[in-house]
Amino acid sequence: MDLFAYPLDTGTILQKKRSLKRQLLQTPGLVPKKVALLSGSTIGEVKNILEIFLLANGIQPTFWEGGYGLFYENLMFDDGSLAAFAPDVIYIHTSQHNIKNRPCQSDSDADVQAKLDAEFARFESAAKAGLRFGCPVVLNNFDLPVYRVMGNREASDPRGKINFVRSLNCRLAQLAAATPNLYLNDLAWLQACHGMDAFSDQTAWYAYKYCCSIDCIPYLAQSVANIIKSLFGRNKKALALDLDNTLWGGIIGDDGPEGIVMGSETPAGMAYSEFQQYLKELGQLGILLNVDSKNEMANAEAGFARADSVLKKEDFVCFKANWEPKHLNLAAMAKEINILPESFVFVDDNPAEREIIRRELPGVSVPEMTAPEEYLTTLDRAGYFEVTTLSEDDKKRAGMYKQNAQRAALEQSFGSYEDYLKSLDMVGEFGAFDAPHAERITQLINKTNQFNLTTRRYSAAQVESLLNNPNYITLYGRLIDKFGDNGLVTALIGQVQGDTLDIDLWIMSCRTFKRQLEQAMFDRLGEACAAQGIRRIVGHYYPTAKNLLVRDFYATIGFELVSEAKDGSRTFVYENVSGHQPLCTVIEIRRV
Amino acid sequence: MDKQSIFDAVQQIFRDNFDDEELVITPETCADDIEDWDSLEQINLLTAMEKKFGLKFKLEDVRGLENVGDLLALIERMTA
Repeated sequence: MDLFAYPLDTGTILQKKRSLKRQLLQTPGLVPKKVALLSGSTIGEVKNILEIFLLANGIQPTFWEGGYGLFYENLMFDDGSLAAFAPDVIYIHTSQHNIKNRPCQSDSDADVQAKLDAEFARFESAAKAGLRFGCPVVLNNFDLPVYRVMGNREASDPRGKINFVRSLNCRLAQLAAATPNLYLNDLAWLQACHGMDAFSDQTAWYAYKYCCSIDCIPYLAQSVANIIKSLFGRNKKALALDLDNTLWGGIIGDDGPEGIVMGSETPAGMAYSEFQQYLKELGQLGILLNVDSKNEMANAEAGFARADSVLKKEDFVCFKANWEPKHLNLAAMAKEINILPESFVFVDDNPAEREIIRRELPGVSVPEMTAPEEYLTTLDRAGYFEVTTLSEDDKKRAGMYKQNAQRAALEQSFGSYEDYLKSLDMVGEFGAFDAPHAERITQLINKTNQFNLTTRRYSAAQVESLLNNPNYITLYGRLIDKFGDNGLVTALIGQVQGDTLDIDLWIMSCRTFKRQLEQAMFDRLGEACAAQGIRRIVGHYYPTAKNLLVRDFYATIGFELVSEAKDGSRTFVYENVSGHQPLCTVIEIRRV
Repeated sequence: MDKQSIFDAVQQIFRDNFDDEELVITPETCADDIEDWDSLEQINLLTAMEKKFGLKFKLEDVRGLENVGDLLALIERMTA
């Protein structure tokens, strides 16, 4: 919906929130999440608009709302209602209005330091109290006060309130960086982005006790929703990029590689180059860059061969320069990379091309690209790729997908698929969940949608509680082959109930589909079960909008379907644990 | 802006805010008559009116607004 593209149509969002909510509730496949809101100032409209933004990201929230201004008390001395609510995420909506001990002119340097320590400790303990609930906690940092008694000296004098707030923000940043599951919502940046006078509206504060203007609430809600949707695996994963007048100025087929505009010579050239630099950095974060351009291949390549082109051909995973309709190219790329089209953002200066994508592939995000000097901001402000956790795997992702493309090329030269799989020299490394892998496992659990039998999500704390837990059998798998290390790509959690194992969760990354890794995983699970005297394994399939792929999965590995509910949920049983014969013949198994 | 255009614009704001295209307001309409019209919604109505009419209400302006008639009178006064 264009309403949610930058710049936000805040007036319409605020006014039409009821009809927007009604429409968004029709979206298929909404994922329910429980969101606890802790108040430092008025929550009312923040909650309503946050709901809209979460719905727009496929998340249907139910809220628990703390008492007005009682964020600290509610978190530190929960009356049981918050624990009973069992939040999936906690948002602490505080602002500089919640700072109690402010420096004053009569303070010594030591007094100021003591106040700083006391204030920091209060917010730190509130955040840590939130973390006890075992879910991610999102905490605002502080907006700057709107007045400066000492003028510019407020920024440097230890007694300056501006200086004080900035120091607190530094401490909060260090805290968030050092504390797993704690995320900062950068209120200070929002205030800077919209301007203090527009953001910190004094009427909204005095009359309604809102910490920001009503008009900025949608931006605040968007910012918080971006963190939450990122935590729950709703980020975009890839970009499909046009070339002419998108990554450089001019038409390379007409103007030639020397004639296109990029580099530091012209204002527009600088804008294109900086946009390329921004995209390159996204690529380094693991966002997959792809070309979707109407061009001759040789011409398209020539643009990136220019010495002053920041992006090089190697930066792209898929490179489609041809005369096919762009939506077909995009769909083909999604298939090649093995992600859903809706994980793409389509970037093109041509409104007609954008319109076709919107019509043909409605899940794809299509920001309005109007002028090169605004491309970067338009893409950046939408928060498609909000980073909450960053694993080593993320940084290597583009390389892994490129290896996939090489594997696909190899596949074509083999007589049988099995011969091809054997030629990959695959090694599967399997082990029970352990501390070094817990972060990656949590991340995988929360973002895997296709090969996901139950689509249960687990917080970092929940995953941690499974380590060395005798009531569970856990298994992760890493796949290595001759093209490289695919990383940790699959995980399974089973609950031990006497001589039965009930599989709570089984997931696998789409990058290792059709490699018999799931069979190898099952072989390893069979061994682990037999070793513990388990005779029977029960598996469940719960349908979502995205996991149709695995509807029959259990049947393909020898389970029997025992029941199917009206909603399509299925239960399968495997009785042959003791007589299990290995299914996978192409992966060497390494037990760790 | 004449009285009728102000009334029409305010009526549309009420319809948008309360997601009810049938809603008909009168000068006597007050918070008791519309289920969702609470103090929170009052703020949204005022913000929408500020936008629509290019106004900025002062604290003093928004005190003691009892019904639609008070709102209309305020806007008429400020746009006169």
